[in-house]
Parts: sequence; structure tokens; C-alpha cells
Amino acid sequence: MSLTVAVLLACVLCFGTKIIGYLVPGSIVDGERVSRITTLLPVALLAGLIAVQTFGGDEGELVLDARVAALAVAALLLWRRANFLVVVIAGAAAAALVRLAGLG
Amino acid sequence: MAETVQTLPAERRTEVLRQSWSVGIATGLYGISFGALSVAAGLDLWQTQALSLLMFTGGSQFAFVGIIGTGGLAAAPAAIATATMLSIRNGLYALQTRKFLDARGAKRLAAAQLTIDESTAVGLAQPEQPAQKLGFWHTGIAVFLFWNLMTFIGALAGNAMGDPKVYGLDGAAVAAFTALVWPRLASTTARLTAALAVALALVSSPLVPAGIPVLIAALAAVALGLRSAAHHEPPLEGEDGELPGSDPVP
Repeated sequence: MSLTVAVLLACVLCFGTKIIGYLVPGSIVDGERVSRITTLLPVALLAGLIAVQTFGGDEGELVLDARVAALAVAALLLWRRANFLVVVIAGAAAAALVRLAGLG
Repeated sequence: MAETVQTLPAERRTEVLRQSWSVGIATGLYGISFGALSVAAGLDLWQTQALSLLMFTGGSQFAFVGIIGTGGLAAAPAAIATATMLSIRNGLYALQTRKFLDARGAKRLAAAQLTIDESTAVGLAQPEQPAQKLGFWHTGIAVFLFWNLMTFIGALAGNAMGDPKVYGLDGAAVAAFTALVWPRLASTTARLTAALAVALALVSSPLVPAGIPVLIAALAAVALGLRSAAHHEPPLEGEDGELPGSDPVP
């Protein structure tokens, strides 16, 4: 599979998740259990992504490097209710500065 | 939408349009970080733009390029699966928006593509049906335009920058995911889910191919979802009456 095919396939599937909401009878997904799981799904996926993007090395091994600084700065700023772009730029700056200082 | 104009007083119409376009511009600006991260992850300009045009759901887009950036083409199946699962909530939004949109044919396809956190939130925030419709369409179109424009600018900037690690772009990705999950952590169940997901991802990371740890982390949602259903907790809701799980990006 080429990267372009992967991109297009993912786009088609995401569109599928959107259009299906306009086509199915509502009763199918109205269940309390299903709605709880679907509400928690983004939390689990994003938390998992944060974990591997922060601590994952090239071979999947766990490493501690400049990205931890980005995570810490991001969490601090979000706690202070900072804007999304501010958080992202500060995260980049934190990682870059730690690396510049030779600490990872 | 001629009937909308007739049934909505001019001042309400202005109010809804102002709200829609300010949300659209503010959200669309974040596209610049997506564009830069996407090219840093190894996608080219056109693949990056295709994601914003065709996928058009920010959390999924960030996740897709994040996993490709870590695992390359080998991680593509996991990237596709994660992006798709993150988009399921859009389908749930559609169950709400279709009640006031009443769209058919090509218009329904367009409505589906524009069904994201912001358009749903602005639409549902209006008390009267014509304003709901107006808010949904204008917010969706505004986010779409600015998100795609800013993606393009971000991708060009990212291409011009050279080695992404020097600028800490891997740190930017971590920060972006943190910002995406933050508003969803209002309830105890959500925090427990996040903690379990982190543990599952870290434990599995050295053992399975890149991208798979994120899918294993998804099991945390199933485990805690079933557990909280058994305990009859109150419904999961975000702060300030936001939609559960509403994103700072589309």
C-alpha cells in the first residue's frame, strides 16, 4: 500500500463514519453502553497516542528525551487555560530548547 | 436556504453568522500546525492537503500523521484504523444534526462532510430550527475554508524548515494531542480511561509494531465504558455545557 492509497482509504472511512449517522435508524446507537464507549474512545486513543509519541523510541522501546519537556509545558499551559496554538508552539519550543541544551 | 432568510429575523441572522464565522476562523487557524506536522511526519504537500479536504476531522488527521511519523508506511493500517475510530463521534453528531438539517441528496453528502465538533456545537447551540441550520452550514463552511487554507500554509512552512526535530516539531505533536484530550478529561471515568490507555500503550509499545499500541489503548474505553454503565454514573459531559468530547480543532 502506498502512502497516498493509505491517505485516501482513511479519508473514505472517515467520511463513512460521518454519512452513516445520516442514514442509520437512530435506535441502533442510542444504547447507553454504546454511547459511553464511543464517548470514551477518543480519550483512550488520544491518551495512547500521547504515551507513544512522548516515550516511544525508534523500535518502540521506551525512552526519556526532550519530548517529556513538551508534554510538561503543554499540560501546564492547558491547566492555565491557554489557547491551542499557544500550547502547540510552546511544546515545540520546549523540546527544541531542551535539545539545544544537549539534554536529549 | 431562501426559507431560512424569511423565517429568521435579520438581527438573529447576523448574530448567528458572526458566531459561525468567528468559530470558523479561530478553529481554521490551527490548520497551520497540522500542515507543518504532516510534512514533518513524511507526507507530501498533496497528501497533507488531501487529508484536510477529504478527511476533514482534525483529531483523526493529527492521529493519522502522528502514527505514520512514528511507524512509516508499515504503520499505515494502524493509522487508518485509529483515524477512523476517532471519527466515529462525527457519526453520533450526525444523529443530532440531521434532525434540524433535513438535507437530501448532494446536500446531505455535503452536510456529512461538514459534520464536525464545531458545526454541530454551533448548530445545537441555537434555540430555533432555522438558526440551527444556518449556524451548522456557515460554521462548517468557515472551518472548511480556513482549515484548508491554513493547512496549505503550514505544509509550505514545514517543507521550508528542514529537520523538524531542531524546531521541536515532535514536541509540537505531543502538545497537540495533549490539547486535544484535555477538554475530554472532565469526568473521573474519562481520567481513569486515559490513565489505563497510557499504561496499555506503554506496556505494549516494545512488544508490538508501531501504531498497534494506540489500538490496544482503545480497549481502555471499552473496559471503563462497560464498568461505568454498570455503576449508573451520570452521563459524561464536558465543561461549560460543551458537547462531550468537543475538540479545539475540527
